[in-house]
Amino acid sequence: MEIIIPLVAVGFVVFGLVKKVGVFDAFLTGAKEGLHTAYTIAPTLVGLITAVTMLRESGAIEMLTEAITPLAQRLGFPAEIVPVALLRPVSGGGSTALLVDILERFGPDSFQGRIVSVMAGSTETTFYAIAVYYGAVGVKKTRHTLMSGLAADFTAVVFSVLTVRLFM
Amino acid sequence: MNYIWAGMMIISLLCALLTGRGEVLSAGLVEGAGESVELLLSILGIMCFWSGMMEIGRRSGLTDMLARLFSPILSLLFPKVPRDSTAMKYMSLNISANLLGLGSAATPFGLKAIKELHRLGGERDEATDSMLLFVVMNTASIQLFPTTLGAYRATYGSEAPFDILPSVWVSSLAALMVGVTVAKVFSCACGHQSRLRG
Repeated sequence: MEIIIPLVAVGFVVFGLVKKVGVFDAFLTGAKEGLHTAYTIAPTLVGLITAVTMLRESGAIEMLTEAITPLAQRLGFPAEIVPVALLRPVSGGGSTALLVDILERFGPDSFQGRIVSVMAGSTETTFYAIAVYYGAVGVKKTRHTLMSGLAADFTAVVFSVLTVRLFM
Repeated sequence: MNYIWAGMMIISLLCALLTGRGEVLSAGLVEGAGESVELLLSILGIMCFWSGMMEIGRRSGLTDMLARLFSPILSLLFPKVPRDSTAMKYMSLNISANLLGLGSAATPFGLKAIKELHRLGGERDEATDSMLLFVVMNTASIQLFPTTLGAYRATYGSEAPFDILPSVWVSSLAALMVGVTVAKVFSCACGHQSRLRG
């Protein structure tokens, strides 16, 4: 599986050569545009990631975890996965750190380890995607994007517990 | 986004005051701002690289072929986006990259796609239905082989790092479908004005 990235890249280049495209020239044009895009999303990224880090450090996530855990446990969700589920849509790095911690403590093949793995595999960092995509085009009114994204995240959490219960 | 962003900062401050974490919060602010630039720098190179590859794909006609492959599903999901538009081609590339687990390529492809969708929608500061749906699809994960995840599981001694795959597929498909449905339902409910905007 690791070979796939270079494989796809070389595939693009070879296909271009076959079609008689000036591949290096095309690459430079595209890469320059990529640089410009990165430049446009920088302010959004700084604004959002700073706010997310503040939220993480302030203890707000822990408070919410404590409030939700009893309810989650009654519904059959292990307590350990609650912080991962809460952090996942907001912070990719933060939730990965928690994932690794659970894999280490319970083992990747434990009930908890499997649930958090499935959760990590079936969602993306919703806030990050919204920030990057809308930041690139300067859209400020995002309407019901966040709500739809969070609905998807919630579904992923419920299904990761359900499917691990059913399939494993 | 206005209120969400402001809300996050205000809640952080209140929570930190309640729990006496003022110092931690200050550190978090400085650290977060630094982290965001680090993140940007870490993806900058690979973003330029895949943008370059994409231009090769565009000039060689590779993107047109991919677009034809995905056009039945995409034209169903995005009825307002013309079938042969550049937006469709970039969206196809974004979805292919996501499926293959090439996250670093999916983002630059997706950014090109949303720029095209923005142009089609008349470059307003409000998201159109098409833009919204496309972003929602990117907040869900549609990866066939989550390689990074498999690597983590293997590192911590999993006997079968990929035995969770069926669960991952079912969960991500369910999440994607719910996300798309919520987006679609509210787009319709939000009335006719948005329909005019495309």
